[in-house]
Amino acid sequence: MKLITAILKPFKLEDVKNALQGAGITGMTVSEASGFGRQGGHTEVYRGAEYTVDLIPKVRLEVLVDDKDADSVVDVIVKAASTGSIGDGKVWTTPVDQVIRVRTGERGVDAI
Amino acid sequence: MEEVVINTGDTAWMLISTGLVVLMIPGLALFYGGMVRVKSVLNMMMMSFGALAIVFVLWIAFGFSMVFGDSVGGKGLIGDIGQFTFLNGLDNSAAIIGTIPAAVFIAFQGIFAAITVALISGSIADRAKFGAWMVFAGIWATLVYFPVAHWVFAFDNFVAKTGGWIANDLGALDFAGGTAVHINAGAAGLALALILGKRVGFGKIPMRPHSLPLVMLGAALLWFGWFGFNAGSAVASNGTAGLALLNTIGATTAAVLSWLLVEKIRDGHATSLGAASGVVAGLVAITPACAAVNASGALIIGAVAGALCALSVGLKFKLGYDDSLDVVAVHLVGGIVGTIMIGFVGVDVGLFNGGGTGQLVKQAIGAGAVLAYSFIATLIIGKIVDLTIGFRITNDQELAGIDVAIHAERAYELTDNSQGSVLGFSKGA
Ligand SMILES: Nc1ncnc2c1ncn2[C@@H]1O[C@H](COP(=O)(O)OP(=O)(O)O)[C@@H](O)[C@H]1O
Ligand SMILES: [Mg+2]
Repeated sequence: MKLITAILKPFKLEDVKNALQGAGITGMTVSEASGFGRQGGHTEVYRGAEYTVDLIPKVRLEVLVDDKDADSVVDVIVKAASTGSIGDGKVWTTPVDQVIRVRTGERGVDAI
Repeated sequence: MEEVVINTGDTAWMLISTGLVVLMIPGLALFYGGMVRVKSVLNMMMMSFGALAIVFVLWIAFGFSMVFGDSVGGKGLIGDIGQFTFLNGLDNSAAIIGTIPAAVFIAFQGIFAAITVALISGSIADRAKFGAWMVFAGIWATLVYFPVAHWVFAFDNFVAKTGGWIANDLGALDFAGGTAVHINAGAAGLALALILGKRVGFGKIPMRPHSLPLVMLGAALLWFGWFGFNAGSAVASNGTAGLALLNTIGATTAAVLSWLLVEKIRDGHATSLGAASGVVAGLVAITPACAAVNASGALIIGAVAGALCALSVGLKFKLGYDDSLDVVAVHLVGGIVGTIMIGFVGVDVGLFNGGGTGQLVKQAIGAGAVLAYSFIATLIIGKIVDLTIGFRITNDQELAGIDVAIHAERAYELTDNSQGSVLGFSKGA
Protein backbone atom coordinates (compact mmCIF):
# COMPACT_ATOMS: atom_id res chain seq x y z
CA MET A 1 0.00 0.00 0.00
CA LYS A 2 1.01 3.62 -0.51
CA LEU A 3 0.24 6.91 1.17
CA ILE A 4 -0.15 9.70 -1.32
CA THR A 5 0.39 13.13 0.19
CA ALA A 6 -0.43 16.23 -1.83
CA ILE A 7 0.19 19.89 -0.98
CA LEU A 8 -2.34 21.97 -2.89
CA LYS A 9 -3.49 25.50 -3.38
CA PRO A 10 -6.53 25.75 -1.12
CA PHE A 11 -8.89 26.87 -3.88
CA LYS A 12 -7.96 23.73 -5.88
CA LEU A 13 -9.13 21.34 -3.17
CA GLU A 14 -12.67 21.10 -4.48
CA ASP A 15 -11.50 20.19 -8.02
CA VAL A 16 -9.06 17.58 -6.72
CA LYS A 17 -11.61 16.04 -4.41
CA ASN A 18 -14.18 15.78 -7.21
CA ALA A 19 -11.61 14.25 -9.56
CA LEU A 20 -10.62 11.67 -6.95
CA GLN A 21 -14.23 10.75 -6.28
CA GLY A 22 -14.72 10.41 -10.03
CA ALA A 23 -11.76 8.03 -10.07
CA GLY A 24 -13.39 5.82 -7.45
CA ILE A 25 -11.50 6.95 -4.36
CA THR A 26 -13.75 6.56 -1.32
CA GLY A 27 -11.79 8.27 1.43
CA MET A 28 -9.23 10.94 2.08
CA THR A 29 -7.94 13.19 4.86
CA VAL A 30 -7.56 16.93 4.44
CA SER A 31 -5.79 19.35 6.74
CA GLU A 32 -4.82 22.98 6.67
CA ALA A 33 -1.13 23.55 6.18
CA SER A 34 1.28 26.41 5.73
CA GLY A 35 3.95 26.19 3.12
CA PHE A 36 7.16 27.82 2.08
CA GLY A 37 8.72 27.54 -1.33
CA ARG A 38 9.54 29.49 -4.45
CA GLN A 39 6.10 31.06 -4.61
CA GLY A 40 7.07 33.60 -1.95
CA GLY A 41 4.77 35.23 0.55
CA HIS A 42 3.14 38.63 0.68
CA THR A 43 3.51 41.83 2.64
CA GLU A 44 1.08 43.11 5.24
CA VAL A 45 0.95 46.60 6.71
CA TYR A 46 -0.46 47.63 10.09
CA ARG A 47 -0.39 51.32 11.01
CA GLY A 48 2.54 51.79 8.68
CA ALA A 49 4.57 48.83 10.01
CA GLU A 50 5.28 46.45 7.12
CA TYR A 51 5.70 42.72 7.61
CA THR A 52 6.49 39.98 5.13
CA VAL A 53 4.61 36.76 5.55
CA ASP A 54 6.44 33.89 3.87
CA LEU A 55 4.35 30.97 5.07
CA ILE A 56 1.34 30.81 2.82
CA PRO A 57 -1.86 28.83 3.31
CA LYS A 58 -1.90 25.39 1.67
CA VAL A 59 -4.04 22.30 1.97
CA ARG A 60 -2.52 18.90 2.73
CA LEU A 61 -4.44 15.97 1.27
CA GLU A 62 -3.68 12.37 2.20
CA VAL A 63 -4.99 9.28 0.42
CA LEU A 64 -4.19 5.63 1.13
CA VAL A 65 -4.25 3.42 -1.98
CA ASP A 66 -3.35 -0.05 -3.14
CA ASP A 67 0.14 -0.19 -4.77
CA LYS A 68 -1.29 -0.85 -8.20
CA ASP A 69 -3.49 2.28 -8.10
CA ALA A 70 -0.81 4.69 -6.87
CA ASP A 71 0.46 6.01 -10.20
CA SER A 72 -2.96 6.63 -11.69
CA VAL A 73 -4.24 8.38 -8.56
CA VAL A 74 -1.17 10.63 -8.49
CA ASP A 75 -1.88 11.54 -12.11
CA VAL A 76 -5.50 12.40 -11.26
CA ILE A 77 -4.33 14.70 -8.45
CA VAL A 78 -1.64 16.42 -10.49
CA LYS A 79 -4.01 17.03 -13.41
CA ALA A 80 -6.77 18.46 -11.22
CA ALA A 81 -4.44 20.57 -9.06
CA SER A 82 -2.52 22.24 -11.84
CA THR A 83 -2.94 25.91 -12.73
CA GLY A 84 0.47 26.10 -14.39
CA SER A 85 1.79 28.75 -12.03
CA ILE A 86 4.41 28.66 -9.27
CA GLY A 87 3.07 27.31 -5.98
CA ASP A 88 0.78 24.63 -7.39
CA GLY A 89 2.36 22.28 -4.90
CA LYS A 90 3.88 18.83 -4.54
CA VAL A 91 2.61 15.28 -4.57
CA TRP A 92 4.61 12.44 -3.08
CA THR A 93 4.10 8.80 -2.21
CA THR A 94 5.40 6.76 0.70
CA PRO A 95 5.23 3.01 1.34
CA VAL A 96 2.82 1.96 4.09
CA ASP A 97 3.30 -1.17 6.24
CA GLN A 98 -0.13 -1.67 7.59
CA VAL A 99 -3.64 -0.16 7.57
CA ILE A 100 -6.37 -1.19 10.02
CA ARG A 101 -10.05 -0.30 9.94
CA VAL A 102 -10.91 0.59 13.56
CA ARG A 103 -14.55 -0.53 13.37
CA THR A 104 -14.00 -4.04 12.02
CA GLY A 105 -10.34 -4.75 12.63
CA GLU A 106 -9.84 -5.53 8.90
CA ARG A 107 -6.22 -5.22 7.83
CA GLY A 108 -4.33 -4.31 4.69
CA VAL A 109 -6.01 -3.47 1.39
CA ASP A 110 -9.38 -4.55 2.79
CA ALA A 111 -9.18 -1.69 5.29
CA ILE A 112 -8.78 1.02 2.64
CA MET B 1 -34.41 80.56 47.60
CA GLU B 2 -35.59 79.58 44.14
CA GLU B 3 -37.04 76.13 43.80
CA VAL B 4 -34.79 73.60 42.09
CA VAL B 5 -36.59 71.02 39.97
CA ILE B 6 -35.52 68.13 37.87
CA ASN B 7 -35.88 68.55 34.10
CA THR B 8 -37.16 65.22 32.84
CA GLY B 9 -35.86 65.69 29.29
CA ASP B 10 -32.36 66.45 30.53
CA THR B 11 -32.55 63.57 32.94
CA ALA B 12 -33.66 61.10 30.30
CA TRP B 13 -30.81 62.09 27.98
CA MET B 14 -28.23 61.88 30.77
CA LEU B 15 -29.45 58.45 31.85
CA ILE B 16 -28.96 57.30 28.27
CA SER B 17 -25.60 59.09 27.97
CA THR B 18 -24.34 57.36 31.08
CA GLY B 19 -25.24 53.99 29.59
CA LEU B 20 -23.49 55.02 26.37
CA VAL B 21 -20.24 55.96 28.08
CA VAL B 22 -20.23 52.67 29.99
CA LEU B 23 -20.38 50.94 26.61
CA MET B 24 -17.09 52.64 25.73
CA ILE B 25 -15.27 50.37 28.19
CA PRO B 26 -16.02 47.09 26.35
CA GLY B 27 -15.63 49.09 23.13
CA LEU B 28 -12.10 50.05 24.12
CA ALA B 29 -11.40 46.53 25.37
CA LEU B 30 -12.33 45.11 21.95
CA PHE B 31 -10.48 47.86 20.06
CA TYR B 32 -7.31 47.18 22.04
CA GLY B 33 -7.88 43.42 22.39
CA GLY B 34 -8.14 42.88 18.64
CA MET B 35 -4.86 44.72 18.10
CA VAL B 36 -2.69 42.44 20.23
CA ARG B 37 -1.49 38.93 19.48
CA VAL B 38 -3.58 35.91 20.31
CA LYS B 39 -1.63 35.20 23.49
CA SER B 40 -2.47 38.48 25.23
CA VAL B 41 -6.03 39.36 24.21
CA LEU B 42 -7.56 38.66 27.60
CA ASN B 43 -5.01 40.66 29.56
CA MET B 44 -5.53 43.59 27.21
CA MET B 45 -9.29 43.47 27.73
CA MET B 46 -8.90 42.90 31.48
CA MET B 47 -6.93 46.13 31.85
CA SER B 48 -10.01 48.06 30.67
CA PHE B 49 -12.48 46.11 32.80
CA GLY B 50 -10.11 46.30 35.77
CA ALA B 51 -9.69 50.07 35.39
CA LEU B 52 -13.47 50.54 35.42
CA ALA B 53 -13.81 48.45 38.57
CA ILE B 54 -11.09 50.08 40.66
CA VAL B 55 -11.66 53.65 39.49
CA PHE B 56 -15.42 53.71 39.95
CA VAL B 57 -15.13 52.39 43.51
CA LEU B 58 -12.59 55.13 44.30
CA TRP B 59 -14.86 57.62 42.56
CA ILE B 60 -17.63 56.88 45.04
CA ALA B 61 -15.25 56.82 48.01
CA PHE B 62 -13.48 60.13 47.41
CA GLY B 63 -12.90 60.78 43.68
CA PHE B 64 -16.09 62.72 43.08
CA SER B 65 -15.31 64.90 46.06
CA MET B 66 -11.75 65.55 44.84
CA VAL B 67 -13.08 66.64 41.45
CA PHE B 68 -16.30 68.44 42.29
CA GLY B 69 -15.88 69.49 45.92
CA ASP B 70 -15.04 73.14 46.70
CA SER B 71 -11.55 74.02 45.55
CA VAL B 72 -9.14 73.74 48.49
CA GLY B 73 -8.04 77.26 49.44
CA GLY B 74 -9.80 78.57 46.32
CA LYS B 75 -6.63 77.76 44.34
CA GLY B 76 -8.39 75.74 41.66
CA LEU B 77 -5.99 72.81 42.05
CA ILE B 78 -7.99 70.17 43.90
CA GLY B 79 -11.47 69.73 45.33
CA ASP B 80 -12.20 69.15 49.02
CA ILE B 81 -11.90 65.41 49.63
CA GLY B 82 -13.98 65.67 52.81
CA GLN B 83 -16.98 67.41 51.31
CA PHE B 84 -18.67 64.58 49.42
CA THR B 85 -16.80 61.58 50.87
CA PHE B 86 -18.80 58.48 49.94
CA LEU B 87 -21.11 60.91 48.15
CA ASN B 88 -22.24 62.33 51.45
CA GLY B 89 -25.60 64.04 50.97
CA LEU B 90 -25.80 63.23 47.26
CA ASP B 91 -26.55 59.50 47.07
CA ASN B 92 -30.30 59.82 47.47
CA SER B 93 -33.14 60.29 45.03
CA ALA B 94 -33.81 63.92 46.01
CA ALA B 95 -30.39 65.52 45.46
CA ILE B 96 -30.05 67.57 42.29
CA ILE B 97 -27.04 68.81 40.30
CA GLY B 98 -27.87 71.31 37.56
CA THR B 99 -31.25 70.12 36.30
CA ILE B 100 -30.73 66.37 36.78
CA PRO B 101 -30.51 63.97 39.72
CA ALA B 102 -27.11 64.19 41.42
CA ALA B 103 -26.87 60.40 41.12
CA VAL B 104 -26.93 60.57 37.33
CA PHE B 105 -24.31 63.32 37.10
CA ILE B 106 -22.04 61.43 39.51
CA ALA B 107 -22.35 58.16 37.57
CA PHE B 108 -21.77 59.88 34.21
CA GLN B 109 -18.63 61.69 35.38
CA GLY B 110 -17.29 58.60 37.14
CA ILE B 111 -17.13 56.67 33.88
CA PHE B 112 -15.00 59.46 32.38
CA ALA B 113 -12.42 58.80 35.08
CA ALA B 114 -12.47 55.07 34.36
CA ILE B 115 -12.15 55.49 30.59
CA THR B 116 -9.20 57.84 30.95
CA VAL B 117 -7.31 55.27 32.99
CA ALA B 118 -8.28 52.43 30.64
CA LEU B 119 -6.93 54.37 27.64
CA ILE B 120 -3.43 54.35 29.14
CA SER B 121 -3.27 50.54 29.07
CA GLY B 122 -2.74 50.55 25.30
CA SER B 123 0.85 51.67 25.74
CA ILE B 124 1.87 48.68 27.90
CA ALA B 125 0.33 45.74 26.05
CA ASP B 126 1.56 42.17 26.63
CA ARG B 127 3.89 42.83 29.56
CA ALA B 128 2.37 44.40 32.71
CA LYS B 129 1.54 42.44 35.87
CA PHE B 130 -2.19 42.67 36.34
CA GLY B 131 -1.93 43.44 40.05
CA ALA B 132 0.61 46.18 39.40
CA TRP B 133 -1.69 47.65 36.75
CA MET B 134 -4.59 47.72 39.22
CA VAL B 135 -2.46 49.42 41.88
CA PHE B 136 -1.19 51.90 39.31
CA ALA B 137 -4.75 52.57 38.11
CA GLY B 138 -5.93 53.46 41.60
CA ILE B 139 -2.97 55.69 42.40
CA TRP B 140 -3.01 57.38 39.01
CA ALA B 141 -6.72 58.14 39.19
CA THR B 142 -6.22 59.65 42.64
CA LEU B 143 -3.10 61.70 42.02
CA VAL B 144 -3.50 62.59 38.35
CA TYR B 145 -7.02 62.22 36.99
CA PHE B 146 -8.95 63.61 39.96
CA PRO B 147 -6.85 66.80 40.24
CA VAL B 148 -6.75 67.39 36.48
CA ALA B 149 -10.50 66.78 36.12
CA HIS B 150 -10.99 69.36 38.88
CA TRP B 151 -8.91 71.86 36.89
CA VAL B 152 -10.94 71.27 33.73
CA PHE B 153 -14.46 70.09 34.58
CA ALA B 154 -15.31 71.82 37.91
CA PHE B 155 -17.06 75.05 37.04
CA ASP B 156 -17.70 77.57 39.79
CA ASN B 157 -21.21 77.37 41.21
CA PHE B 158 -22.19 74.17 39.41
CA VAL B 159 -21.67 71.42 41.96
CA ALA B 160 -19.75 73.51 44.52
CA LYS B 161 -19.04 77.23 44.80
CA THR B 162 -15.45 77.16 43.64
CA GLY B 163 -13.96 75.03 40.88
CA GLY B 164 -10.76 74.43 38.89
CA TRP B 165 -8.24 76.89 37.44
CA ILE B 166 -8.38 75.85 33.78
CA ALA B 167 -12.19 76.08 33.62
CA ASN B 168 -12.64 79.27 35.62
CA ASP B 169 -9.43 81.32 35.81
CA LEU B 170 -7.67 80.46 32.54
CA GLY B 171 -10.86 80.01 30.54
CA ALA B 172 -9.51 77.36 28.15
CA LEU B 173 -12.33 75.54 26.37
CA ASP B 174 -12.52 71.78 26.82
CA PHE B 175 -16.07 70.58 26.38
CA ALA B 176 -15.71 66.83 27.02
CA GLY B 177 -12.08 66.18 27.86
CA GLY B 178 -9.48 66.86 25.17
CA THR B 179 -7.10 67.85 27.95
CA ALA B 180 -8.42 66.05 31.05
CA VAL B 181 -9.05 62.77 29.23
CA HIS B 182 -6.97 62.48 26.07
CA ILE B 183 -3.85 64.60 26.56
CA ASN B 184 -3.82 63.30 30.11
CA ALA B 185 -4.02 59.62 29.10
CA GLY B 186 -1.67 60.12 26.14
CA ALA B 187 1.08 61.73 28.21
CA ALA B 188 0.66 59.07 30.88
CA GLY B 189 0.85 56.35 28.23
CA LEU B 190 4.17 57.73 27.00
CA ALA B 191 5.57 57.88 30.53
CA LEU B 192 4.44 54.35 31.34
CA ALA B 193 5.84 52.92 28.09
CA LEU B 194 9.20 54.43 29.10
CA ILE B 195 9.00 52.97 32.62
CA LEU B 196 8.10 49.45 31.47
CA GLY B 197 10.45 49.36 28.51
CA LYS B 198 10.02 47.54 25.21
CA ARG B 199 8.44 44.17 24.70
CA VAL B 200 10.77 41.29 23.95
CA GLY B 201 11.48 41.46 20.22
CA PHE B 202 9.95 44.92 19.71
CA GLY B 203 10.76 46.15 16.21
CA LYS B 204 12.32 42.78 15.30
CA ILE B 205 9.53 40.25 15.34
CA PRO B 206 6.11 40.88 13.80
CA MET B 207 3.47 41.96 16.31
CA ARG B 208 0.37 41.80 14.21
CA PRO B 209 -3.20 42.47 15.34
CA HIS B 210 -4.83 39.07 15.83
CA SER B 211 -8.36 40.16 14.90
CA LEU B 212 -9.19 43.22 12.85
CA PRO B 213 -12.94 42.55 12.99
CA LEU B 214 -12.69 42.92 16.79
CA VAL B 215 -10.83 46.19 16.27
CA MET B 216 -13.54 47.44 13.90
CA LEU B 217 -16.29 46.36 16.29
CA GLY B 218 -14.50 48.08 19.16
CA ALA B 219 -14.11 51.29 17.17
CA ALA B 220 -17.81 51.19 16.26
CA LEU B 221 -18.85 50.71 19.89
CA LEU B 222 -16.52 53.52 20.94
CA TRP B 223 -18.10 55.79 18.33
CA PHE B 224 -21.60 54.93 19.52
CA GLY B 225 -20.64 55.43 23.16
CA TRP B 226 -18.90 58.69 22.32
CA PHE B 227 -22.27 60.29 21.56
CA GLY B 228 -22.90 59.98 25.28
CA PHE B 229 -19.42 61.25 26.07
CA ASN B 230 -19.63 64.36 23.89
CA ALA B 231 -23.31 65.19 23.54
CA GLY B 232 -23.87 64.08 27.15
CA SER B 233 -21.30 66.63 28.27
CA ALA B 234 -23.96 69.28 27.65
CA VAL B 235 -25.58 67.80 30.79
CA ALA B 236 -28.83 68.76 29.11
CA SER B 237 -31.07 67.71 26.27
CA ASN B 238 -30.66 70.86 24.19
CA GLY B 239 -29.10 72.51 21.16
CA THR B 240 -25.58 72.22 22.51
CA ALA B 241 -26.00 68.46 22.80
CA GLY B 242 -27.33 68.37 19.24
CA LEU B 243 -24.40 70.37 17.87
CA ALA B 244 -21.94 68.18 19.77
CA LEU B 245 -23.53 65.07 18.27
CA LEU B 246 -23.41 66.42 14.71
CA ASN B 247 -19.76 67.45 15.08
CA THR B 248 -18.91 64.08 16.59
CA ILE B 249 -19.98 62.47 13.31
CA GLY B 250 -18.49 65.13 11.04
CA ALA B 251 -15.02 65.20 12.53
CA THR B 252 -14.84 61.43 12.74
CA THR B 253 -15.76 60.81 9.12
CA ALA B 254 -13.25 63.45 7.99
CA ALA B 255 -10.55 61.80 10.11
CA VAL B 256 -11.25 58.38 8.53
CA LEU B 257 -10.74 59.91 5.09
CA SER B 258 -7.51 61.69 5.95
CA TRP B 259 -6.02 58.71 7.82
CA LEU B 260 -6.74 56.46 4.83
CA LEU B 261 -5.33 59.02 2.42
CA VAL B 262 -2.06 59.20 4.36
CA GLU B 263 -1.89 55.39 4.34
CA LYS B 264 -2.60 55.12 0.63
CA ILE B 265 0.12 57.63 -0.21
CA ARG B 266 2.67 56.39 2.34
CA ASP B 267 2.12 52.62 2.41
CA GLY B 268 0.22 51.98 -0.80
CA HIS B 269 -2.87 50.54 0.91
CA ALA B 270 -5.93 51.87 2.70
CA THR B 271 -6.36 49.48 5.65
CA SER B 272 -9.19 48.55 7.97
CA LEU B 273 -6.94 49.21 10.96
CA GLY B 274 -6.37 52.66 9.49
CA ALA B 275 -10.11 53.27 9.20
CA ALA B 276 -10.72 52.15 12.79
CA SER B 277 -7.81 54.28 13.97
CA GLY B 278 -9.12 57.25 12.00
CA VAL B 279 -12.46 56.86 13.78
CA VAL B 280 -10.80 57.08 17.17
CA ALA B 281 -8.45 59.92 16.16
CA GLY B 282 -11.43 61.97 14.96
CA LEU B 283 -13.44 61.23 18.09
CA VAL B 284 -10.51 62.24 20.29
CA ALA B 285 -9.87 65.50 18.47
CA ILE B 286 -13.49 66.66 18.42
CA THR B 287 -13.96 65.87 22.12
CA PRO B 288 -12.80 69.25 23.44
CA ALA B 289 -14.20 71.15 20.48
CA CYS B 290 -17.58 69.60 19.74
CA ALA B 291 -19.58 72.52 21.19
CA ALA B 292 -17.16 75.27 20.16
CA VAL B 293 -17.09 74.82 16.39
CA ASN B 294 -19.53 74.69 13.50
CA ALA B 295 -19.78 71.79 11.07
CA SER B 296 -16.95 72.96 8.80
CA GLY B 297 -14.74 73.55 11.84
CA ALA B 298 -15.41 69.97 12.88
CA LEU B 299 -14.48 68.68 9.42
CA ILE B 300 -11.20 70.62 9.53
CA ILE B 301 -10.33 69.38 13.02
CA GLY B 302 -11.12 65.80 12.03
CA ALA B 303 -9.12 65.97 8.81
CA VAL B 304 -6.06 67.46 10.51
CA ALA B 305 -6.25 64.97 13.38
CA GLY B 306 -6.61 61.95 11.10
CA ALA B 307 -3.57 62.97 9.08
CA LEU B 308 -1.33 64.01 11.98
CA CYS B 309 -2.19 60.94 14.06
CA ALA B 310 -1.51 58.66 11.09
CA LEU B 311 1.84 60.36 10.57
CA SER B 312 2.70 59.99 14.27
CA VAL B 313 2.37 56.20 14.52
CA GLY B 314 5.87 55.64 13.15
CA LEU B 315 7.54 57.82 15.81
CA LYS B 316 7.84 55.03 18.34
CA PHE B 317 10.02 52.99 15.99
CA LYS B 318 12.22 56.01 15.21
CA LEU B 319 12.55 57.12 18.81
CA GLY B 320 12.56 53.62 20.28
CA TYR B 321 9.72 53.60 22.82
CA ASP B 322 7.21 50.77 22.77
CA ASP B 323 3.86 52.56 22.97
CA SER B 324 2.32 49.32 21.83
CA LEU B 325 -1.11 50.43 20.62
CA ASP B 326 -0.27 54.07 19.86
CA VAL B 327 -1.82 55.86 22.80
CA VAL B 328 0.57 58.73 22.10
CA ALA B 329 -0.10 58.97 18.37
CA VAL B 330 -3.87 58.77 18.76
CA HIS B 331 -4.77 60.27 22.15
CA LEU B 332 -1.92 62.67 22.88
CA VAL B 333 -1.60 63.97 19.33
CA GLY B 334 -5.37 63.91 18.70
CA GLY B 335 -6.07 65.61 22.02
CA ILE B 336 -3.54 68.35 21.30
CA VAL B 337 -4.93 68.90 17.78
CA GLY B 338 -8.51 69.27 19.04
CA THR B 339 -7.61 71.45 21.99
CA ILE B 340 -5.31 73.80 20.06
CA MET B 341 -7.51 74.06 16.97
CA ILE B 342 -10.33 75.58 19.00
CA GLY B 343 -8.00 78.57 19.03
CA PHE B 344 -8.11 78.63 15.23
CA VAL B 345 -11.59 77.51 14.20
CA GLY B 346 -13.65 78.10 17.36
CA VAL B 347 -16.82 80.08 16.61
CA ASP B 348 -16.25 83.72 17.68
CA VAL B 349 -13.07 82.89 19.63
CA GLY B 350 -10.85 81.34 16.92
CA LEU B 351 -8.09 83.19 15.09
CA PHE B 352 -9.65 82.35 11.73
CA ASN B 353 -13.02 83.62 12.95
CA GLY B 354 -11.82 87.06 14.00
CA GLY B 355 -11.20 86.07 17.61
CA GLY B 356 -7.54 87.04 17.71
CA THR B 357 -4.92 84.94 19.45
CA GLY B 358 -6.29 85.22 22.99
CA GLN B 359 -8.14 81.91 23.02
CA LEU B 360 -5.32 80.15 21.19
CA VAL B 361 -2.90 81.06 23.96
CA LYS B 362 -5.33 79.87 26.64
CA GLN B 363 -5.78 76.57 24.81
CA ALA B 364 -2.02 76.08 24.55
CA ILE B 365 -1.51 76.80 28.25
CA GLY B 366 -4.25 74.36 29.24
CA ALA B 367 -2.88 71.63 26.96
CA GLY B 368 0.72 72.20 28.06
CA ALA B 369 -0.11 72.21 31.76
CA VAL B 370 -2.03 68.92 31.61
CA LEU B 371 0.62 67.30 29.42
CA ALA B 372 3.49 68.28 31.69
CA TYR B 373 1.76 67.40 34.96
CA SER B 374 0.52 64.04 33.68
CA PHE B 375 3.85 63.04 32.14
CA ILE B 376 5.94 63.88 35.19
CA ALA B 377 3.50 62.53 37.77
CA THR B 378 3.09 59.29 35.80
CA LEU B 379 6.85 58.81 35.54
CA ILE B 380 7.07 59.07 39.32
CA ILE B 381 4.06 56.85 40.08
CA GLY B 382 5.10 54.25 37.51
CA LYS B 383 8.67 54.16 38.84
CA ILE B 384 7.48 53.71 42.42
CA VAL B 385 5.15 50.86 41.46
CA ASP B 386 7.99 49.24 39.51
CA LEU B 387 10.51 49.56 42.36
CA THR B 388 8.11 48.28 45.02
CA ILE B 389 5.93 45.51 43.59
CA GLY B 390 7.45 45.26 40.10
CA PHE B 391 5.51 46.27 37.01
CA ARG B 392 6.67 43.73 34.42
CA ILE B 393 6.14 40.03 34.02
CA THR B 394 9.24 37.92 33.31
CA ASN B 395 10.53 37.53 29.75
CA ASP B 396 9.58 33.85 29.82
CA GLN B 397 6.03 34.68 30.84
CA GLU B 398 5.88 37.30 28.13
CA LEU B 399 7.09 34.89 25.46
CA ALA B 400 4.70 32.18 26.62
CA GLY B 401 1.89 34.75 26.63
CA ILE B 402 0.51 36.84 29.45
CA ASP B 403 -2.98 35.33 29.25
CA VAL B 404 -1.88 31.87 30.33
CA ALA B 405 0.98 33.10 32.54
CA ILE B 406 -0.98 35.67 34.55
CA HIS B 407 -4.66 34.87 34.14
CA ALA B 408 -4.46 31.09 33.58
CA GLU B 409 -6.81 31.38 30.60
CA ARG B 410 -6.69 31.34 26.82
CA ALA B 411 -8.87 33.57 24.66
CA TYR B 412 -9.81 31.00 22.06
CA GLU B 413 -10.46 27.29 22.03
CA LEU B 414 -11.20 26.58 18.41
CA THR B 415 -10.77 22.84 18.41
CA ASP B 416 -11.65 20.16 20.91
CA ASN B 417 -8.24 18.53 20.67
CA SER B 418 -6.56 19.83 23.81
CA GLN B 419 -8.78 18.63 26.61
CA GLY B 420 -6.14 17.72 29.18
CA SER B 421 -7.42 16.44 32.50
CA VAL B 422 -9.10 17.89 35.57
CA LEU B 423 -6.70 18.90 38.36
CA GLY B 424 -9.25 19.99 40.94
CA PHE B 425 -12.20 22.24 41.73
CA SER B 426 -12.26 25.22 44.04
CA LYS B 427 -13.49 24.32 47.51
CA GLY B 428 -16.33 26.01 49.27
CA ALA B 429 -20.03 26.65 48.72
N1 LIG C 1 10.87 20.46 -0.13
C1 LIG C 1 9.59 20.54 0.23
N2 LIG C 1 9.10 19.72 1.18
C2 LIG C 1 7.80 19.78 1.55
N3 LIG C 1 6.93 20.65 1.02
C3 LIG C 1 7.36 21.49 0.06
C4 LIG C 1 8.72 21.48 -0.37
N4 LIG C 1 8.84 22.44 -1.31
C5 LIG C 1 7.62 22.99 -1.46
N5 LIG C 1 6.73 22.44 -0.64
C6 LIG C 1 5.32 22.75 -0.53
O1 LIG C 1 4.81 23.03 -1.82
C7 LIG C 1 4.29 24.36 -1.86
C8 LIG C 1 4.54 24.97 -3.21
O2 LIG C 1 5.93 25.08 -3.44
P1 LIG C 1 6.55 26.29 -4.30
O3 LIG C 1 8.02 26.13 -4.32
O4 LIG C 1 6.02 27.57 -3.77
O5 LIG C 1 5.92 26.12 -5.72
P2 LIG C 1 6.13 24.93 -6.77
O6 LIG C 1 5.40 23.76 -6.20
O7 LIG C 1 5.51 25.47 -8.00
O8 LIG C 1 7.60 24.69 -6.87
C9 LIG C 1 4.94 25.07 -0.72
O9 LIG C 1 4.16 26.15 -0.23
C10 LIG C 1 5.10 23.98 0.31
O10 LIG C 1 3.87 23.80 1.01
MG1 LIG D 1 9.43 24.64 -4.84
